[in-house]
Amino acid sequence: MLNRALDRIVREESGRVMATLIGTFGDFELAEDAFQDAVQTALEHWPRDGLPRSPGAWLTTIARRKAIDRRRRRVVARDKAPLLRDELLIEREGEGRPDEGDPWNDALPDERLQLVFTCCHPALSMKARVALTLRTLGGLSTGEIARAFLVPEATMAQRLVRAKRKIKGACIPYCVPAAHELRDRLEGVLSVIYLVFNEGYFASSTGPLIRRDLTGEALRLGRVLAELLPEEPEVLGLLALMLFHESRASARATDDGQLVPLDEQDRTRWNQEEIIRASALTERALRMKSVGPYQLQAAIAGVHAASPRARDTDWVEIALLYDLLYRTDPTEMVALNRVVAWANVKGPEVGLSRLEPRWAESMPEAYHLTRADFLRRLERREQADAAYAAAAKATDRDHVLAFIARRRHALQATT
Amino acid sequence: MKYLCLIYGNEKDWMDASPDEQGKIFAAHHELTEEAIKRGQMAGGEGLQPSHNATVLRVRDGKAVTTDGPFMELKEQIGGFYMFDCENLDQALELAALIPEAKTGTIEVRPCMVFDDPDA
Repeated sequence: MLNRALDRIVREESGRVMATLIGTFGDFELAEDAFQDAVQTALEHWPRDGLPRSPGAWLTTIARRKAIDRRRRRVVARDKAPLLRDELLIEREGEGRPDEGDPWNDALPDERLQLVFTCCHPALSMKARVALTLRTLGGLSTGEIARAFLVPEATMAQRLVRAKRKIKGACIPYCVPAAHELRDRLEGVLSVIYLVFNEGYFASSTGPLIRRDLTGEALRLGRVLAELLPEEPEVLGLLALMLFHESRASARATDDGQLVPLDEQDRTRWNQEEIIRASALTERALRMKSVGPYQLQAAIAGVHAASPRARDTDWVEIALLYDLLYRTDPTEMVALNRVVAWANVKGPEVGLSRLEPRWAESMPEAYHLTRADFLRRLERREQADAAYAAAAKATDRDHVLAFIARRRHALQATT
Repeated sequence: MKYLCLIYGNEKDWMDASPDEQGKIFAAHHELTEEAIKRGQMAGGEGLQPSHNATVLRVRDGKAVTTDGPFMELKEQIGGFYMFDCENLDQALELAALIPEAKTGTIEVRPCMVFDDPDA
């Protein structure tokens, strides 16, 4: 039990400790090794001496010493005097018993924001950004990340090593971008977090419907970011959006793991506490008067959340929000969802006429599912059945296949 | 850290450009050079003659073999380069974004090897 508690503390503190270590030593690999050393030391000391007052500060102090030790061994071997001098300075600063460390806020600057922007630097591939963010900021092990993205552990380890080497080799800076670049770069950070969330919530792979490990981690990262950048409306918008999704999680699947579409969900099972928090975040973000795609998606989710029954949904409001969203984020997926929204205002016939045939190529699963639904509502059963068959061919997700089978079964039953 | 910025572009675009357009591009390069010098980050750069003036050389078994270039027949060729000496990648990218060909072609920013750091 103690080990579980230690694990939890280490996980929670790791982002901040790692950020400080990387900030001090400018070296991801050294920071990681030193952090592992410190965790090892904690496992020896804490069960015996009790938990320190500030475990994060304790871990940081120990890890710094371990890093200095490790580096000194390397430095002495190479006989580099100037480097050694720097390290002696660092060492003096880190003296004193670790337990005397002040609580976080006084003792150590919070460098997690620098870490986020380095891990999500556009010079790294998206896959590398996701892996590195989960590893350093989220404190997940390489094995955990590998399992989450269904790749062999060796592949994930390789990906992380390459990313860290590129940061070091190309001198990717460890800093928060200047004000005029912040919004652009922030977009990249938010997309990493939302990708992790979506990977869990709309699990693209076969297997369980919702991967709580991933959604939970994305929410945690979203909260950290909202804490670090409370004045950035899109940061709040993303957190609100994820919370709205999360509030529906338990109604979105039946007990045996079947997908329940939004209009058929038992809305009494939606988590009202999360909805209230998400709504407050959305409002706070929108008041900052700098609208963006995450805020708009959160606003759309908020309209659903405010409807006690599916038939009470204010589809006009949602359709208008989709018009706005399409203006800020003109992707095909948004265009398709906009068609769905307007179809709920003007009828499935209109929806059908606005579906772009080229979407059958670019996003076959969503296209055929949507088309099948319009045809089903128009009671064109044979065509609907054929469209569901096409959708089934376009997906490899078990729960989507099960959903399609149920819909086709219902179509048969009504003929 | 030194960064080599390789300018890839379609040579035909350059040759088809009017003298007026070419003048504008030269002016932009001049401006960039001034800016890089002002920042103390200029470490060199050249515009290159067309790739069909290139010569390819290989030494095999002690024998030099030369052939008509370029190395690879691609639509996009290296038309020039800059060398910037910056503190980090972001500073190099900031200058690279001022290269006029960035708008039409592609810039590859390559960090140079650092020989006194065995980890690089």
